[in-house]
Amino acid sequence: MSALLLHALGIVLVTAAMTFVTRSAPFVLFGKKRGTPPIVLFLGTYLPPAILAMLVVYGLKDVRLLAYPYGLPELIGVATVVGLHVWKRNYLLSIFVGTAAYMVAVQWVFQGTL
Amino acid sequence: MMKTVRAAFLTTLPVMTGYLAVGVAFGLLLQKSGYGVAWAALSSVLVYAGSMQFVLVGLLADGSGFVAVAMVTLFVNLRHFFYGLSFIDTFRAMGRRRPYMIFALTDETYSILCTAKPPEDVDGKAYFFWIALLDQSYWVAGSIAGSLAGSLIPFDMTGLGFAMTALFLVLLVEQWEAFRTHEPVFVGLASALGAVLVFGRGNLLLPALVTIVVVLLLMKKRLTREAYAPPTPPAPADGPEAGGAP
Repeated sequence: MSALLLHALGIVLVTAAMTFVTRSAPFVLFGKKRGTPPIVLFLGTYLPPAILAMLVVYGLKDVRLLAYPYGLPELIGVATVVGLHVWKRNYLLSIFVGTAAYMVAVQWVFQGTL
Repeated sequence: MMKTVRAAFLTTLPVMTGYLAVGVAFGLLLQKSGYGVAWAALSSVLVYAGSMQFVLVGLLADGSGFVAVAMVTLFVNLRHFFYGLSFIDTFRAMGRRRPYMIFALTDETYSILCTAKPPEDVDGKAYFFWIALLDQSYWVAGSIAGSLAGSLIPFDMTGLGFAMTALFLVLLVEQWEAFRTHEPVFVGLASALGAVLVFGRGNLLLPALVTIVVVLLLMKKRLTREAYAPPTPPAPADGPEAGGAP
Protein backbone atom coordinates (compact mmCIF):
# COMPACT_ATOMS: atom_id res chain seq x y z
CA MET A 1 0.00 0.00 0.00
CA SER A 2 1.40 3.36 -1.00
CA ALA A 3 2.12 6.09 1.54
CA LEU A 4 -0.69 8.17 0.05
CA LEU A 5 -3.29 5.44 0.52
CA LEU A 6 -1.99 4.70 4.00
CA HIS A 7 -2.40 8.37 4.89
CA ALA A 8 -5.95 8.35 3.47
CA LEU A 9 -6.73 5.27 5.57
CA GLY A 10 -5.35 7.12 8.59
CA ILE A 11 -7.66 10.08 7.88
CA VAL A 12 -10.71 7.79 7.75
CA LEU A 13 -9.69 6.02 10.97
CA VAL A 14 -9.03 9.29 12.84
CA THR A 15 -12.41 10.63 11.70
CA ALA A 16 -14.11 7.42 12.84
CA ALA A 17 -12.37 7.48 16.23
CA MET A 18 -13.15 11.14 16.92
CA THR A 19 -16.78 10.72 15.84
CA PHE A 20 -17.13 7.89 18.35
CA VAL A 21 -15.46 10.04 21.01
CA THR A 22 -18.08 12.79 20.55
CA ARG A 23 -20.92 10.26 20.65
CA SER A 24 -19.68 8.31 23.65
CA ALA A 25 -18.53 11.26 25.78
CA PRO A 26 -21.87 11.78 27.60
CA PHE A 27 -22.11 8.05 28.32
CA VAL A 28 -18.54 7.94 29.64
CA LEU A 29 -19.15 11.02 31.80
CA PHE A 30 -22.61 10.15 33.14
CA GLY A 31 -23.27 6.52 32.24
CA LYS A 32 -21.32 4.71 34.94
CA LYS A 33 -22.90 6.00 38.10
CA ARG A 34 -26.07 4.50 39.48
CA GLY A 35 -28.05 7.68 39.24
CA THR A 36 -27.77 10.13 36.38
CA PRO A 37 -27.31 13.72 37.68
CA PRO A 38 -30.64 15.63 37.80
CA ILE A 39 -29.29 18.36 35.53
CA VAL A 40 -28.52 15.76 32.85
CA LEU A 41 -31.97 14.22 33.25
CA PHE A 42 -33.50 17.67 32.86
CA LEU A 43 -31.52 18.39 29.67
CA GLY A 44 -32.17 14.90 28.34
CA THR A 45 -35.90 15.45 28.73
CA TYR A 46 -36.22 18.99 27.41
CA LEU A 47 -33.53 19.00 24.70
CA PRO A 48 -35.34 16.81 22.09
CA PRO A 49 -38.11 19.31 21.14
CA ALA A 50 -35.58 22.15 20.97
CA ILE A 51 -33.09 20.09 18.96
CA LEU A 52 -35.75 18.94 16.49
CA ALA A 53 -36.80 22.56 15.96
CA MET A 54 -33.15 23.37 15.32
CA LEU A 55 -32.80 20.50 12.85
CA VAL A 56 -35.85 21.74 10.93
CA VAL A 57 -34.14 25.12 10.57
CA TYR A 58 -30.97 23.27 9.56
CA GLY A 59 -32.87 21.42 6.83
CA LEU A 60 -34.21 24.72 5.49
CA LYS A 61 -31.02 26.72 5.91
CA ASP A 62 -30.29 27.09 2.19
CA VAL A 63 -33.62 28.72 1.35
CA ARG A 64 -33.20 32.14 -0.25
CA LEU A 65 -36.23 34.18 0.76
CA LEU A 66 -35.31 37.31 -1.17
CA ALA A 67 -34.75 35.75 -4.61
CA TYR A 68 -36.99 33.72 -6.92
CA PRO A 69 -38.74 31.42 -5.97
CA TYR A 70 -38.80 33.11 -2.54
CA GLY A 71 -38.89 29.88 -0.56
CA LEU A 72 -42.24 28.89 -2.05
CA PRO A 73 -41.25 25.24 -2.76
CA GLU A 74 -40.13 24.89 0.87
CA LEU A 75 -43.32 26.55 2.10
CA ILE A 76 -45.38 24.10 0.04
CA GLY A 77 -43.34 21.16 1.35
CA VAL A 78 -43.48 22.22 5.00
CA ALA A 79 -47.22 23.05 4.86
CA THR A 80 -47.98 19.67 3.23
CA VAL A 81 -45.98 17.73 5.82
CA VAL A 82 -47.33 19.54 8.88
CA GLY A 83 -50.91 19.73 7.58
CA LEU A 84 -51.02 16.06 6.65
CA HIS A 85 -49.40 14.99 9.90
CA VAL A 86 -51.72 16.98 12.15
CA TRP A 87 -54.66 15.63 10.14
CA LYS A 88 -53.76 11.97 9.56
CA ARG A 89 -50.96 11.16 12.07
CA ASN A 90 -49.32 8.91 9.51
CA TYR A 91 -45.51 9.34 9.38
CA LEU A 92 -45.00 7.78 5.99
CA LEU A 93 -47.89 9.58 4.36
CA SER A 94 -46.76 12.96 5.69
CA ILE A 95 -43.13 12.47 4.68
CA PHE A 96 -43.67 10.89 1.26
CA VAL A 97 -46.44 13.19 0.09
CA GLY A 98 -44.60 16.22 1.47
CA THR A 99 -41.34 15.24 -0.26
CA ALA A 100 -43.18 14.49 -3.51
CA ALA A 101 -44.91 17.88 -3.35
CA TYR A 102 -41.55 19.54 -2.81
CA MET A 103 -39.91 17.63 -5.68
CA VAL A 104 -42.75 18.55 -8.05
CA ALA A 105 -42.42 22.17 -6.94
CA VAL A 106 -38.64 22.43 -7.50
CA GLN A 107 -38.50 20.30 -10.65
CA TRP A 108 -41.59 21.41 -12.56
CA VAL A 109 -43.38 24.36 -11.01
CA PHE A 110 -40.54 26.69 -10.06
CA GLN A 111 -37.99 25.88 -12.72
CA GLY A 112 -34.53 27.31 -13.03
CA THR A 113 -34.05 27.42 -9.29
CA LEU A 114 -30.96 25.24 -8.93
CA MET B 1 -37.69 -11.48 15.68
CA MET B 2 -39.27 -10.90 12.27
CA LYS B 3 -42.03 -8.91 13.95
CA THR B 4 -39.43 -6.65 15.57
CA VAL B 5 -37.48 -6.15 12.34
CA ARG B 6 -40.70 -5.42 10.47
CA ALA B 7 -41.80 -2.83 13.03
CA ALA B 8 -38.36 -1.20 12.97
CA PHE B 9 -38.33 -1.26 9.17
CA LEU B 10 -41.66 0.58 8.98
CA THR B 11 -40.43 3.15 11.51
CA THR B 12 -37.24 3.78 9.54
CA LEU B 13 -38.78 4.04 6.04
CA PRO B 14 -38.49 7.86 6.03
CA VAL B 15 -34.83 7.60 7.00
CA MET B 16 -34.35 5.03 4.24
CA THR B 17 -35.54 7.54 1.65
CA GLY B 18 -33.32 10.30 2.95
CA TYR B 19 -30.23 8.17 3.64
CA LEU B 20 -30.32 6.44 0.26
CA ALA B 21 -30.57 9.81 -1.50
CA VAL B 22 -27.89 11.55 0.56
CA GLY B 23 -25.71 8.40 0.69
CA VAL B 24 -25.74 8.21 -3.11
CA ALA B 25 -24.66 11.84 -3.26
CA PHE B 26 -21.79 11.09 -0.86
CA GLY B 27 -20.62 7.99 -2.76
CA LEU B 28 -20.71 9.87 -6.05
CA LEU B 29 -18.77 12.83 -4.65
CA LEU B 30 -16.12 10.57 -3.08
CA GLN B 31 -15.76 8.60 -6.30
CA LYS B 32 -15.34 11.81 -8.29
CA SER B 33 -12.52 12.90 -6.00
CA GLY B 34 -10.67 9.68 -6.76
CA TYR B 35 -11.70 7.37 -3.91
CA GLY B 36 -13.71 4.37 -5.11
CA VAL B 37 -16.29 2.04 -3.67
CA ALA B 38 -14.05 0.49 -0.98
CA TRP B 39 -13.51 3.94 0.52
CA ALA B 40 -17.20 4.76 0.41
CA ALA B 41 -18.04 1.52 2.18
CA LEU B 42 -15.21 1.87 4.70
CA SER B 43 -16.15 5.40 5.78
CA SER B 44 -19.89 4.69 5.92
CA VAL B 45 -19.30 1.58 8.04
CA LEU B 46 -16.65 3.05 10.37
CA VAL B 47 -17.39 6.78 10.53
CA TYR B 48 -21.16 6.86 9.89
CA ALA B 49 -21.80 10.58 10.25
CA GLY B 50 -23.58 12.25 7.34
CA SER B 51 -22.30 15.81 7.34
CA MET B 52 -18.86 14.79 8.62
CA GLN B 53 -18.41 12.37 5.72
CA PHE B 54 -18.95 15.20 3.23
CA VAL B 55 -16.24 17.11 5.08
CA LEU B 56 -14.14 13.93 4.95
CA VAL B 57 -14.19 14.03 1.13
CA GLY B 58 -12.42 17.38 1.30
CA LEU B 59 -9.96 16.19 3.96
CA LEU B 60 -9.03 13.18 1.82
CA ALA B 61 -8.63 15.33 -1.29
CA ASP B 62 -6.35 17.71 0.63
CA GLY B 63 -4.40 14.95 2.35
CA SER B 64 -4.88 16.80 5.64
CA GLY B 65 -2.77 16.09 8.69
CA PHE B 66 -4.16 13.83 11.42
CA VAL B 67 -4.31 16.52 14.10
CA ALA B 68 -6.28 18.83 11.80
CA VAL B 69 -8.61 15.94 10.91
CA ALA B 70 -9.18 15.17 14.58
CA MET B 71 -9.94 18.81 15.40
CA VAL B 72 -12.33 19.26 12.48
CA THR B 73 -14.17 16.04 13.34
CA LEU B 74 -14.47 17.05 16.97
CA PHE B 75 -15.92 20.41 15.99
CA VAL B 76 -18.33 19.17 13.33
CA ASN B 77 -19.63 16.35 15.55
CA LEU B 78 -19.64 18.07 18.93
CA ARG B 79 -23.44 18.34 18.80
CA HIS B 80 -23.64 14.57 19.26
CA PHE B 81 -22.52 15.08 22.83
CA PHE B 82 -25.91 16.64 23.57
CA TYR B 83 -27.82 13.86 21.78
CA GLY B 84 -26.42 11.25 24.13
CA LEU B 85 -27.77 13.12 27.18
CA SER B 86 -31.30 11.96 26.32
CA PHE B 87 -30.38 8.28 26.19
CA ILE B 88 -28.03 7.66 29.10
CA ASP B 89 -30.49 5.57 31.11
CA THR B 90 -32.18 4.04 28.06
CA PHE B 91 -28.93 2.78 26.55
CA ARG B 92 -27.58 1.65 29.93
CA ALA B 93 -30.35 -0.92 29.95
CA MET B 94 -29.40 -2.23 26.52
CA GLY B 95 -26.46 -4.43 27.59
CA ARG B 96 -24.22 -5.69 24.80
CA ARG B 97 -26.11 -3.62 22.24
CA ARG B 98 -25.11 -0.42 24.07
CA PRO B 99 -21.77 0.29 22.28
CA TYR B 100 -23.43 0.03 18.88
CA MET B 101 -26.34 2.24 19.94
CA ILE B 102 -23.84 4.92 21.04
CA PHE B 103 -21.80 4.54 17.84
CA ALA B 104 -24.88 4.80 15.61
CA LEU B 105 -26.53 7.83 17.24
CA THR B 106 -26.75 10.06 14.15
CA ASP B 107 -29.08 13.09 13.87
CA GLU B 108 -31.72 10.97 12.17
CA THR B 109 -31.53 7.94 14.47
CA TYR B 110 -31.58 10.28 17.46
CA SER B 111 -34.71 11.96 16.10
CA ILE B 112 -36.48 8.67 15.48
CA LEU B 113 -35.57 7.24 18.90
CA CYS B 114 -36.85 10.38 20.65
CA THR B 115 -40.42 9.58 19.62
CA ALA B 116 -40.32 5.87 18.69
CA LYS B 117 -42.84 3.68 20.50
CA PRO B 118 -42.49 -0.07 19.98
CA PRO B 119 -45.71 -1.97 19.15
CA GLU B 120 -47.11 -3.74 22.19
CA ASP B 121 -45.98 -7.26 21.33
CA VAL B 122 -42.44 -6.22 20.39
CA ASP B 123 -39.28 -6.15 22.58
CA GLY B 124 -38.44 -2.44 22.93
CA LYS B 125 -34.67 -2.92 23.17
CA ALA B 126 -34.46 -5.10 20.08
CA TYR B 127 -36.73 -2.61 18.30
CA PHE B 128 -34.39 0.29 19.14
CA PHE B 129 -31.38 -1.78 18.05
CA TRP B 130 -32.93 -2.66 14.70
CA ILE B 131 -33.86 0.96 14.07
CA ALA B 132 -30.20 1.94 14.53
CA LEU B 133 -28.88 -0.98 12.45
CA LEU B 134 -31.34 -0.53 9.59
CA ASP B 135 -30.59 3.20 9.43
CA GLN B 136 -26.89 2.51 9.02
CA SER B 137 -27.52 -0.18 6.42
CA TYR B 138 -29.43 2.35 4.27
CA TRP B 139 -26.55 4.78 4.58
CA VAL B 140 -23.95 2.15 3.64
CA ALA B 141 -26.08 0.89 0.75
CA GLY B 142 -26.62 4.42 -0.54
CA SER B 143 -22.90 5.24 -0.35
CA ILE B 144 -21.94 2.07 -2.23
CA ALA B 145 -24.64 2.58 -4.86
CA GLY B 146 -23.60 6.20 -5.34
CA SER B 147 -19.97 5.24 -5.75
CA LEU B 148 -20.70 2.47 -8.25
CA ALA B 149 -23.50 3.99 -10.27
CA GLY B 150 -24.28 7.46 -9.03
CA SER B 151 -23.78 8.99 -12.44
CA LEU B 152 -26.16 6.47 -14.06
CA ILE B 153 -29.27 7.30 -12.02
CA PRO B 154 -32.02 7.72 -14.61
CA PHE B 155 -34.34 10.12 -12.83
CA ASP B 156 -33.93 13.60 -11.45
CA MET B 157 -33.26 13.35 -7.70
CA THR B 158 -33.44 17.09 -7.12
CA GLY B 159 -35.40 17.73 -3.97
CA LEU B 160 -35.33 14.15 -2.62
CA GLY B 161 -33.18 15.37 0.25
CA PHE B 162 -36.26 17.21 1.53
CA ALA B 163 -37.29 13.83 3.00
CA MET B 164 -34.84 14.50 5.82
CA THR B 165 -36.40 17.88 6.61
CA ALA B 166 -39.84 16.28 6.39
CA LEU B 167 -38.74 13.66 8.90
CA PHE B 168 -37.53 16.30 11.35
CA LEU B 169 -40.81 18.20 10.88
CA VAL B 170 -42.99 15.18 11.58
CA LEU B 171 -40.98 14.33 14.68
CA LEU B 172 -41.25 17.94 15.79
CA VAL B 173 -45.04 17.76 15.49
CA GLU B 174 -44.95 14.62 17.67
CA GLN B 175 -42.76 16.37 20.26
CA TRP B 176 -45.09 19.36 20.18
CA GLU B 177 -47.97 17.10 21.17
CA ALA B 178 -45.99 15.16 23.79
CA PHE B 179 -45.17 18.24 25.88
CA ARG B 180 -47.63 20.51 27.60
CA THR B 181 -45.22 23.42 27.22
CA HIS B 182 -44.08 24.42 23.75
CA GLU B 183 -41.39 26.78 25.00
CA PRO B 184 -38.45 24.42 24.22
CA VAL B 185 -39.60 24.35 20.57
CA PHE B 186 -39.47 28.14 20.41
CA VAL B 187 -36.10 28.15 22.16
CA GLY B 188 -34.81 25.78 19.46
CA LEU B 189 -36.26 27.85 16.61
CA ALA B 190 -34.99 31.16 17.96
CA SER B 191 -31.52 29.76 18.74
CA ALA B 192 -31.16 28.26 15.27
CA LEU B 193 -32.37 31.40 13.48
CA GLY B 194 -30.13 33.56 15.67
CA ALA B 195 -27.16 31.29 14.90
CA VAL B 196 -27.85 31.64 11.15
CA LEU B 197 -27.88 35.43 11.48
CA VAL B 198 -24.72 35.63 13.58
CA PHE B 199 -22.60 32.72 12.32
CA GLY B 200 -24.04 32.10 8.84
CA ARG B 201 -25.89 29.18 7.27
CA GLY B 202 -22.81 26.97 7.17
CA ASN B 203 -22.10 26.83 10.91
CA LEU B 204 -25.43 27.05 12.64
CA LEU B 205 -25.60 23.76 14.57
CA LEU B 206 -22.98 24.14 17.27
CA PRO B 207 -23.72 27.76 18.30
CA ALA B 208 -27.44 26.97 18.18
CA LEU B 209 -26.99 23.94 20.45
CA VAL B 210 -24.90 25.82 22.98
CA THR B 211 -27.53 28.58 23.07
CA ILE B 212 -30.32 26.03 23.49
CA VAL B 213 -28.54 24.36 26.42
CA VAL B 214 -27.84 27.66 28.15
CA VAL B 215 -31.37 29.02 27.67
CA LEU B 216 -33.03 25.76 28.77
CA LEU B 217 -30.87 25.70 31.90
CA LEU B 218 -31.87 29.29 32.65
CA MET B 219 -35.52 28.25 32.23
CA LYS B 220 -35.16 25.10 34.36
CA LYS B 221 -37.28 26.31 37.25
CA ARG B 222 -40.03 27.54 34.95
CA LEU B 223 -40.08 24.41 32.76
CA THR B 224 -40.24 21.95 35.64
CA ARG B 225 -43.16 23.71 37.35
CA GLU B 226 -46.17 21.59 38.15
CA ALA B 227 -48.40 23.39 35.64
CA TYR B 228 -46.15 22.42 32.75
CA ALA B 229 -46.65 18.70 33.41
CA PRO B 230 -43.92 16.11 32.90
CA PRO B 231 -43.34 15.11 29.28
CA THR B 232 -42.94 11.52 28.21
CA PRO B 233 -39.25 10.64 28.30
CA PRO B 234 -37.76 8.65 25.42
CA ALA B 235 -37.52 5.01 26.49
CA PRO B 236 -38.34 1.60 25.05
CA ALA B 237 -41.59 0.28 26.50
CA ASP B 238 -39.94 -2.48 28.50
CA GLY B 239 -36.92 -0.45 29.55
CA PRO B 240 -36.46 1.13 32.97
CA GLU B 241 -38.07 4.47 33.65
CA ALA B 242 -35.71 6.93 31.98
CA GLY B 243 -35.78 9.98 34.13
CA GLY B 244 -39.25 11.40 34.16
CA ALA B 245 -39.73 14.85 35.56
CA PRO B 246 -36.65 15.81 37.50
